[in-house]
Amino acid sequence: MKKALKRGLYAVLLALLPFATGMAFGKTWVRILDFALLYVMLALGLNIVVGFAGLLDLGYVAFFAVGAYCYALLASPHFGLHLPFWLILPIGAFAAGIFGMLLGAPTLRLRGDYLAIVTLGFGEIIRIFLNNLDTPYNITGGPQGIDMIDPIRLGSFSLNQPTSHTVYSYYFLFLFFALATAFVSMRLQHSRIGRAWAAIREDEIAAEAMGINTRNVKLLAFAMGASFGGLSGGLFAGFEGFVSPESFTLMESIMILSMVVLGGMGHIRGVIFGAVLLSILPEALRYVGPIEQSLFGKIVVDPSSLRMLLFGLALILVMLLRPAGLWPSPARKRELLAHGETAKHENTNIYDAGR
Amino acid sequence: MDTFLQQLINGIVLGSIYSLVALGYTLVYGIMGLINFAHGDIVMVGAMVTLTVTRLLANSGLPGPLILGIGVLTAIPACMAVGYLVERIAYRPLRNAPRLAPLITAIGVSILLQNLAMMLWGREYLSFPQILPAQTMAVGGASISTIQLVIVASSCIMMAGLSWLIRKTRLGNAMRATAQNPEVATLMGVNVNTIISITFVLGSALAATAGMMVSAYYGIAHYDMGFILGLKAFTAAVLGGIGNIEGAMLGGLLLGVIESMGAGYLGTLTGGIMGSNYQDVFAFFVLILVLVFRPSGLLGERVGERP
Repeated sequence: MKKALKRGLYAVLLALLPFATGMAFGKTWVRILDFALLYVMLALGLNIVVGFAGLLDLGYVAFFAVGAYCYALLASPHFGLHLPFWLILPIGAFAAGIFGMLLGAPTLRLRGDYLAIVTLGFGEIIRIFLNNLDTPYNITGGPQGIDMIDPIRLGSFSLNQPTSHTVYSYYFLFLFFALATAFVSMRLQHSRIGRAWAAIREDEIAAEAMGINTRNVKLLAFAMGASFGGLSGGLFAGFEGFVSPESFTLMESIMILSMVVLGGMGHIRGVIFGAVLLSILPEALRYVGPIEQSLFGKIVVDPSSLRMLLFGLALILVMLLRPAGLWPSPARKRELLAHGETAKHENTNIYDAGR
Repeated sequence: MDTFLQQLINGIVLGSIYSLVALGYTLVYGIMGLINFAHGDIVMVGAMVTLTVTRLLANSGLPGPLILGIGVLTAIPACMAVGYLVERIAYRPLRNAPRLAPLITAIGVSILLQNLAMMLWGREYLSFPQILPAQTMAVGGASISTIQLVIVASSCIMMAGLSWLIRKTRLGNAMRATAQNPEVATLMGVNVNTIISITFVLGSALAATAGMMVSAYYGIAHYDMGFILGLKAFTAAVLGGIGNIEGAMLGGLLLGVIESMGAGYLGTLTGGIMGSNYQDVFAFFVLILVLVFRPSGLLGERVGERP
């Protein structure tokens, strides 16, 4: 009963949040909330690969791009196709999943940082192709990208009408999908597959010895994570009405990874928290310009670089103060503590040559 | 034939810059197992400092090479200081933290350095003063400029010096010991903290030199030039086998040559469908291909599954 009450309270809060934000700070901030929800989905998707399965992926934004371009190609005047979104979203997620497998297959033998550089290269390859596939046949629209993408329609109701309410209607759509991804992640984590992922993360050889098919399980992690990215990519394209390669740079992958690590790798609530925090922080730091103006009466340093400078500083400080992330899972916290103690113990025992 | 030779020369020049930067990655990685994402930005700091000094002295009447020398000799200590501070502040406290924590601080440091540079030097592309004579030599139908010769020669000297340092000196011995096992190295009387600091400082000195080369070669410097360069150099380090000194040199040269060959021939090979704008795709594709067959890089040791 108490649990139901708590959930109801959360639901009301989440439902009222955009209106309160809209009234207090204006529509721009509701839009930022929409993007925060998109980032929540992306971070949860990357969390499957990095947090659950322990595979470092630095090119995650490629899957976001695949989803977004799928939507853009299938619902815009570019090819004259106008499929409904409930058909495109699964196609985008599926296509991204295929790309995830494509990336996963050749990299199965790679470990740790070698995997990181290959995924990074993969992300760059996708972006360069998007940038250049306007010749000899115009597929992706090149650096200009694709515009006039259809808005998302539920039946005959377009989420873009009336225009002044767009940010609110998308908020609820994104909230639905974000909650759905969170739910799926949670169920995955405690499923047979989720435990297999945790096993290969902790010790791949031991996992293999326990009868886990590491190849399939790893591929599944890549595919699942990628399809989350593809899904949010489709939503992004419908929301923005415009896609171009500029939205899918390496910096974006790094941002999503920072969200996962800073929030608390492998811990779903932590990851959500990290995603919301890191998508709002750079926007909130936009106020340094006006603050500087009112403090000193003039602009002393370029506000946009000061803003990113503070952002970088915040990343460093948070990691220094909380190396396991802001909100690590209880199990991981225990492990870290235990690890610290055994490490201390091992250091004192210098005669232990068997280690 | 001319194109081939010319692209080979360009590739070797580019490759020797990559090698210098890749050495910085590989030194740090070999000792700490950490990808120092901020290394590319230290190259940028080196380029910026050299450029500033060179601009100040450009009209002083001193000979060009001397000005460039003064520039790089200012940049080296500056970068060493930055490298030392970065290690001290952002990495040392996280020595025993989860593996990805220092990766995030490295990203933070990279963002920080870029924006500090943007504040100091502005967001425009800065042009490097023309102080070296722009003469070229003809070699079998291709041409080599003075700056290209300077780059290849000085990076060869620096790499040879580094090899000597690592292989023959007491310091190098201590560095190799730390790389193998920091705890045992401590027992043997090696001050691991000092060694790690020295490694960062050494890598930063190489980065400063590379920064001078890049900005003098391309004639420009920009606050975010370090990012792409760092990425390429890191790719080179992995290609050669990260943590391996010779691997970084080989990987850098190879990547440089692959890239310029890609730029020169990709158009003809694919019948004009893929132009030189695909040269990065080509480079990454080669990297992936190499790693598929040699998962720990060209010269990397095949380490066991468990460290």
